[in-house]
Amino acid sequence: MLKKVARWIDNRLGTSAFTQDALNKVFPDHWSFMVGEIALYAFVVLIVTGIFLSFFFDASTSQSVYDGSYAPLVGVEVSDAYKSTLEISLDVRAGLVMRQTHHWAALVFVAAIVVHLCRIFFTGAFRSPRELNWIIGITLLILAIFNGFTGYSLPDDLLSGTGLRIAYSIALSVPLLGTWMGFLIFGGEFPADQIISRLLVTHIMIVPALIIGLLTAHLALLWRQKHTQFPEPGRTEHNVVGSKLWPTYAAKSLGLFFGVFAILVLMGGLFQINPIWLYGPFEPQQVSSPAQPDWYLGWVDGALRLFPAVELRAFGFEIPNPFYPGVLLPGVTFLALYAWPFLEQAFTHDREPHNLLDRPRDRPMRTALGATTLAFYTVMFIASSSDLIAKWFTVSVLDLVRVFQVLVILIPPAVGWATYRLMKALAGSGAPRLTEMPLSALTHPNGRGNGAFPHQERGRDAHAGGATAGDDGDGRSAARTGGDGALPAQRIDDRE
Amino acid sequence: MSHPSHPGRGPERREGPGIAVAFGVSALASLGLTVLYGFGGQPQIEGILLFIALGGLGAGLILWGKQLMPNAPFVEERKLNLGRPEARAEVVASLEEAGPDAGRRSFLAKMLGGALGALGVAALFPIRSLGTAPGRALFRTPWAGGGRVVTIDGEPVPAGDFEVGQVLTIVPEGNLEAGDSQVILIRLEPGEYEPPPGREDWSPEGFVAFSKVCTHAGCPVGLYQAGSQELFCPCHQSVFAVLQAAAPTAGPATRPLPQLPLRIDEDGFVAAQGDFVEPVGPGFWNRPSA
Repeated sequence: MLKKVARWIDNRLGTSAFTQDALNKVFPDHWSFMVGEIALYAFVVLIVTGIFLSFFFDASTSQSVYDGSYAPLVGVEVSDAYKSTLEISLDVRAGLVMRQTHHWAALVFVAAIVVHLCRIFFTGAFRSPRELNWIIGITLLILAIFNGFTGYSLPDDLLSGTGLRIAYSIALSVPLLGTWMGFLIFGGEFPADQIISRLLVTHIMIVPALIIGLLTAHLALLWRQKHTQFPEPGRTEHNVVGSKLWPTYAAKSLGLFFGVFAILVLMGGLFQINPIWLYGPFEPQQVSSPAQPDWYLGWVDGALRLFPAVELRAFGFEIPNPFYPGVLLPGVTFLALYAWPFLEQAFTHDREPHNLLDRPRDRPMRTALGATTLAFYTVMFIASSSDLIAKWFTVSVLDLVRVFQVLVILIPPAVGWATYRLMKALAGSGAPRLTEMPLSALTHPNGRGNGAFPHQERGRDAHAGGATAGDDGDGRSAARTGGDGALPAQRIDDRE
Repeated sequence: MSHPSHPGRGPERREGPGIAVAFGVSALASLGLTVLYGFGGQPQIEGILLFIALGGLGAGLILWGKQLMPNAPFVEERKLNLGRPEARAEVVASLEEAGPDAGRRSFLAKMLGGALGALGVAALFPIRSLGTAPGRALFRTPWAGGGRVVTIDGEPVPAGDFEVGQVLTIVPEGNLEAGDSQVILIRLEPGEYEPPPGREDWSPEGFVAFSKVCTHAGCPVGLYQAGSQELFCPCHQSVFAVLQAAAPTAGPATRPLPQLPLRIDEDGFVAAQGDFVEPVGPGFWNRPSA
């Protein structure tokens, strides 16, 4: 049977040689390389559950009196969008599991992308020749966050309606174009009727198409350039050591897909998320308290809360307060992320291609900078729950905001400094992993590991070879492959 | 996870009875799902059964991969040739063969660029169709006609029945749903509120009314603390002091909530004198200064 199929296809497409290469392709094994796969599989779950939801959702804001199965809302005037989401949740069989799985999958999707981004950053996997895939990856993160927000806003409930109102205000705050942007995106002055149907088209067509296209490119580039690997004996800049695609890697990865799917449906079945019947329908006069966005926008919400009450006003024009935390901060954030591979190249003058990864300790400056950045966004994320924290600990929310305004400035450099010291100590001790580092290394960060961990020393040597050895100019003869870890990766020259 | 320094996890190591069990359990859970679905479904049990069905498949496949498939580390050479100058030069030369002579080509290229640019400008018009022009929309609200204030259910507010200290969300009569016209009505002790200059007759009988749209990011300023007479926005914690004409005292808001000029009409109902004298809600580029 298999023979017949193979013959039929090969006689028409002539793909046997390619298929054979593909089946034998080697993928390095490391737990941290699974995180990107988790993001991919969460996206598959999003598509599967999203298609189900799209059959039942009605993206209309026309109002009617609710007379469905949820007694507390009977007699309340609600939009069709809100009503159909209620029906999916309470009346469509398996609808609630699908809807909650979809929401959880969205949260896990963005979370997995962020963790994957951290892995790429802290191991230097973004370095040449992989800058392009870094750029695609950052774009995917932006699209994932954006699509999370559009989906969260679809049910036209009170919580998400307030979120849309804030988004509209942020659009208004853009200099010169802001009012036009707000009116064109929403279809008029808030709350305009078209916004929900526009959000639906964006959420289920435009952005998913972009994500699928870029995801394909992301994987194609990975396939073409082959995966990076950590330095270990036997692993060099010129080989890949790991499992073959067929059968081992395919089986494990498919198993991971089902595992991710399994966890997400369990969350969707057991853990309530976004119970819109408790929030009620959107009314412009009402607001729910406490009000938090989904986690991936917590940093923007936190920044809106912490940014001091200032704005620029000159010559009869103003740049209102929400512009700085709501537009400028995300703009600078993603611009810096896009630029990072090139900024680092400018600082280190290291433009060599790298296939062996850094361990975070090998680059204490980069690691410390990354930790500083993460700390900054984490403090803002926590600050987006300032009202909840104030309630739990019965303290004044205004005092708490002032504390966070101080912490957001103090904590990041402290975390960066501590990380730098820790990485120096870890590198100096030669311990293979953090948990095996003796505490004395922290007080004597420059004491070398006196051969206690020779394994680690080899890894460092392999890395150093990749970064420093030269080649013979035309870049071709360096492409010879060999088992010697000290050989440089093949050089590419962008500067002619 | 295989590891180059731990070789030899061959298929001979051990057979996996667990794999069959995992697949079997998965199949049972799937059967259970169909039965449950037939009986009308139940979200929590659906989640658990789906978890077992999918998790069994996942566990079985991972065990299969780990126990029965070749796991010795395989080595593949990276054969990719990056940056080959000769091949690249050929590509660039081929691309440059697009036209016969340089001068004419650059003229045609400019014409092509101009045509594409003009098409781009034309393509802006459909974008313009997406929404109404802002015009003066942000500068006025449905309060412009004056008229009675009503509750969000449309009931008028008799001044005599409204007690000191009471708070109510009001909207203009005949326009309950607008996004920019919700107002918070508070009755203070007569004389407690000292109006700013020019607003002396805006607060008859101790009634004051402020826009409920936060001047920071537009959330409804929904919480009133009667003790401190402060309005509190639940979104980003801006605080407005009612007795200081709703000036911001904490949080990110930079401007007071605009005050709605009130009157008591001939039938004793609370009514508006007219519109706010400044735009309500969050700031924007051409917002006039107060």
